[in-house]
Amino acid sequence: MPIQYYIYLSLALFCIGIAGVLTRRNAIIIFMSVELMLNAVNLLLVAFSKMHHAVATAVDKVNNVGTDGQIFVFFVMVVAAAEVSVGLAIIVMMYRNAHSVDVNFLNRLKN
Amino acid sequence: MNAIIFSVIGGVVMMFTGIITQQKKAIRNVAIIALIILLLANIFDTYGILSIHIGTHGMLNFQKFGLYFNTLAYAATLLFILISGADVTQIGEGKHAAEFFALIFFSLSGIAIITSYNSLLLLFLGIEIMSIPLYILTGGDKRNLKSNEASLKYFLMGSFSTGILLMGIALMYGAHGGFEISAMKPSAVSNEYGILDPLGLVLVFIAIAFKVSAAPFHFWTPDVYDGSPSVFTSFMATIIKAAGFIAFIRLFDNKYVELGLSWRIILPLVIIATLLVGNITAIFQQSVKRMMAYSSIAQAGFMLFAVFAENDMAKEGILIYTVAYSVATIGIFAVLEKMEDISLAGYNGLAKKHPLLAATNTIFLLSLTGIPLTAGFFAKYYMLLSVIKYGGSTVTWLVIVAVIFAAISAYYYFRVIQAMYFKTGNPEVRSYNKGFCFMLVILAAITILIGIFPTIILNWFYF
Repeated sequence: MPIQYYIYLSLALFCIGIAGVLTRRNAIIIFMSVELMLNAVNLLLVAFSKMHHAVATAVDKVNNVGTDGQIFVFFVMVVAAAEVSVGLAIIVMMYRNAHSVDVNFLNRLKN
Repeated sequence: MNAIIFSVIGGVVMMFTGIITQQKKAIRNVAIIALIILLLANIFDTYGILSIHIGTHGMLNFQKFGLYFNTLAYAATLLFILISGADVTQIGEGKHAAEFFALIFFSLSGIAIITSYNSLLLLFLGIEIMSIPLYILTGGDKRNLKSNEASLKYFLMGSFSTGILLMGIALMYGAHGGFEISAMKPSAVSNEYGILDPLGLVLVFIAIAFKVSAAPFHFWTPDVYDGSPSVFTSFMATIIKAAGFIAFIRLFDNKYVELGLSWRIILPLVIIATLLVGNITAIFQQSVKRMMAYSSIAQAGFMLFAVFAENDMAKEGILIYTVAYSVATIGIFAVLEKMEDISLAGYNGLAKKHPLLAATNTIFLLSLTGIPLTAGFFAKYYMLLSVIKYGGSTVTWLVIVAVIFAAISAYYYFRVIQAMYFKTGNPEVRSYNKGFCFMLVILAAITILIGIFPTIILNWFYF
């Protein structure tokens, strides 16, 4: 498959994620949308990694071009997990005090 | 490498200190000692003595500029802990002092990565390592709903900008086939993927602009800075923000000298928007803390000049600006932390009852405005001069706009001075000790010393 298809798919997922962050009001769902954005990026990285590898293999059979993209995916996963642990803790802390995870509730600082 | 290793060790030591003892003074002293060791280790690293080398396959590139910035950032953190460390230990019922210091150390290790990254992977990791502890620090006062709200807002905005950063990195990877920014040349990209490279760069630019709160990506700043405990606002607004600019400078320094006209149009627009939003909105604020949040946006506008000019003068300028802005803001927030009422009216008549607080606060405010004989003057001077050196007469209009906004900023800074000296009132101030006064005088002395001899900072840089 040409690389364009992967780019379109992951950009579509990414835009769905952005739309979710901007329109949804529930903190947990906003959070899931952010995760969707990160996974769109992972998909794109793996696709690009395969593409660069295929291009390099045509010239030289033995090479490790493109592996760095896949390693990056692991780092994204690790950091996303770290972020989730902190983020859920913050949401739980919020829920304990306000009994709500609705971000419309977050307007105390506006005035 | 020293800075990264020692700051992480410092963080781990702080966590264990929290297990061993609950005495706040002991915890604070351990933090100060760990920070001094970190500072010395980094200075040794700068001059190649006792430095630890670990092969990173070119992912980190230690240059003197980054290492020297580390030194300045750690010195600023040391000043911050010396003056506000006692307040840090009081946050959130005072049970988590050691953890707060540990998080500050982890954040510092993120700064050490940001100042010397050469691979976009390390840029991403550095920004995350720097930011994630801050989400927790922002929510440090966990029974306080305002602090909760600031924390959640900061977290959602921060992770959103991380997603954008990652998409940008992925697109740039698609165009270049690697993450090393020193190997990226726009001209080397074949036409087929030509569009991916600028698109990726725009996304990375947006994400870092989020972190340094440049307009139009500034909207989280006032709420987060206002809601989080004042001591952590002071840390976030100074050291962390300056580190974001180093990330900017390194990204553009290595890559986009040949970038072309379009960036030279976009950046001035961002700069002017940042100055406009920061300065104009700050005028209407009644709370000094919120005013400082907007003023930090305005100062970010000035620091963006270094990204725009991108020459040696700009690098010197950002170092001076970091020191001038950090010292002044840490001082103002230290005084603010002692005030019972942080609205402008709460400062009425401070000069009569607490002349020292009022006098030092005045010096810091003058420095932020950029009055001669204070550090802020030379900080702004270097920034504007670097732009003129870069663009000559084609950018004169930009310099004029910046100076006008600097003049506008005098209005809201001077309002605080006016409240302290020329209004009568009965300000309620929490008790403070001799050490606090001493540190305030030290900060004011640094501000004036750099205002008279700005080269003392740069001499160390070239030494």
